[in-house]
Amino acid sequence: MGSSILTNFEEIASVLLFVIGMIDLLVQPNLVKKIIGLDIMDSAVYLFLAAKGYIAGRAAPIVTDGILDAAHYINPIPAGLVLTGIVVSVSVSAVMMALTICLYREYHTLNLDEIMMLLRRREADETLRLSGRNGEGTPS
Amino acid sequence: MSLVQNFPFFSIILSMFCAIVSFALSGKWAKRAHLAMTAAVLALSAGVLGFTAATGDSYTYMMGHYSAPWGNEIRIGPLESAMAVCFSLLMLLSVLGGLAHIDRDIAPSKQNLFFIQLDLMLSALLALIYTNDLFTAYVFIEICTIAACGLIMARRTGRVYVSATRYMIMSLVGSGLFLIGLSLLYAVTGQLLMSPAERALAGLVSDSRFTLPLTVIIILLVVSLGVKSGLYPFHTWIPDAYGYATPAASAVLSGLVSKGYILLLIKLMVRVLPNDNQAALNMMDVLFVLGVVGMLLGSVDAIRENDVRRMTAFSSVAQIGYIYMGLGLGTDAGVTAALFHVISHGAMKALLFLCIPGLTEVSGGRADREALRGAGYRHRLAGLGFTVGALSMIGMPLLTGFVSKYLFAAAATSAVPGKMIAAWVALAVSTTLNAVYFMRMVLVLYTSVDASHRRAEDYHASPVENAGIAGLIALNVALGVASPPVIETLARGLAVFG
Repeated sequence: MGSSILTNFEEIASVLLFVIGMIDLLVQPNLVKKIIGLDIMDSAVYLFLAAKGYIAGRAAPIVTDGILDAAHYINPIPAGLVLTGIVVSVSVSAVMMALTICLYREYHTLNLDEIMMLLRRREADETLRLSGRNGEGTPS
Repeated sequence: MSLVQNFPFFSIILSMFCAIVSFALSGKWAKRAHLAMTAAVLALSAGVLGFTAATGDSYTYMMGHYSAPWGNEIRIGPLESAMAVCFSLLMLLSVLGGLAHIDRDIAPSKQNLFFIQLDLMLSALLALIYTNDLFTAYVFIEICTIAACGLIMARRTGRVYVSATRYMIMSLVGSGLFLIGLSLLYAVTGQLLMSPAERALAGLVSDSRFTLPLTVIIILLVVSLGVKSGLYPFHTWIPDAYGYATPAASAVLSGLVSKGYILLLIKLMVRVLPNDNQAALNMMDVLFVLGVVGMLLGSVDAIRENDVRRMTAFSSVAQIGYIYMGLGLGTDAGVTAALFHVISHGAMKALLFLCIPGLTEVSGGRADREALRGAGYRHRLAGLGFTVGALSMIGMPLLTGFVSKYLFAAAATSAVPGKMIAAWVALAVSTTLNAVYFMRMVLVLYTSVDASHRRAEDYHASPVENAGIAGLIALNVALGVASPPVIETLARGLAVFG
């Protein structure tokens, strides 16, 4: 057990980071902190993949000095997955930031709990207004 | 290789290309491009369905001439092509049925962006249906999520920003879990293509190696797709996301998006994950229980809701529960029933969501039961559409919902006795609950009101929207009346799916 913790410390670190990021994304009321949590969560997976792809003593998978033997290099596929994953997480973070800007312009706060409260208040006002306007016209 | 075998790849590329071109087009042309593209994808998919139904077998299509395990593949069988036909047809009818509202809800300068999201959505859904590669599936899951977020927030009011944020948060948790599950799967098997991964996993199971990681992988992949498709305890984003978007977006989101994830989950369960070890069997039981709980509590939430849009959205929670219950039965018949319900629920829910705006707009913009009294007289087609959708939801014979419920009940007979009884009781109770809230709504729509409230002043229905609604009514009836060929195609497709 103790030795496997020592050999797998990257994986353990990445799982811990993943959990920290996920909890941050779920429970932080602040939208910017949520985005930070999302990025921590995604980066944790990239750490995991990179750690899985690394083989001690081998070179990065770029042909150097004309050596074409695959045994000289580490596994390039996890690196490819990490790159694709980074592109995906950048786009997702951008969408979340755009949403955050829209919400801030509308409600002047970054706190999702406060936004929900403001929203409920507005909706209650709206219902009152609509029922006031249609009060006479509502069939009974 | 015949030409028709290229069509699945063409349809994915066509929809993606259409999205790229639409950036340079005006809203009007982007709309035309989208409709033409969806119709073309429908025709292409129909061709593929004809081909695969004739051969009755599935084939893999290599991308870039690298054979497995190196290259990327899509795999096409009767099931995949049938789903592609249904998805593109539902997309076409949903967009037609909400076309006038898109014009009204979205600023003209932003309309092409809305159609780009729809194009990307269709492309992502097609890719999720066809792909045979796990990482490609992840990438398209994220494209689907981003496009869905764009569709939700197209109306640009404070309310939908909040809905979109809540949707994104839940959805991103799901994506994160899927990605880590995928990485673990890659770490233990060294494969990303589904078929080699399955062989590697089968080897691990028979040697009883990596039992704990396998359990974790199964939990992560199933839970992540459950979160994204709105399985019961993770459903909190559904009422907001479906309830306040523009009607076409609501119809597409409820009818198609969560179904794309469910299809991927079915694909993983049938094609990749080992299904005879203890972890997989326990996961089936968990899905069954969550499905049953969702069927009941989703309906209870719907009964307590006064707003017709949110009520219909909560009913989606219950219907997703039906699908998971079918999967949880753990038999082929159960999976076939779930697959049929994927199509059937898409047709019913898209119809309901497209009829609701017509009904609320003739009732002063309000969506509560009091205001909707007699709305069925004021907007006859929307009233008829809602009634058909509601009756179908309850399970009225000759409509598609009945066939779904019949298939679930029949599938339950071949499950273990405990699940059989539980499924039957849940179906009976859930049908009663469905009837309570949907019939109550239909009765409200046709409450007799005095003559002055039978006519809506200055309301003009759009003929295109009416055509979309009429098409969906026809689809509901057609699936209800002529279901045997559809069920047979799905069952035969499932046999060659693994």
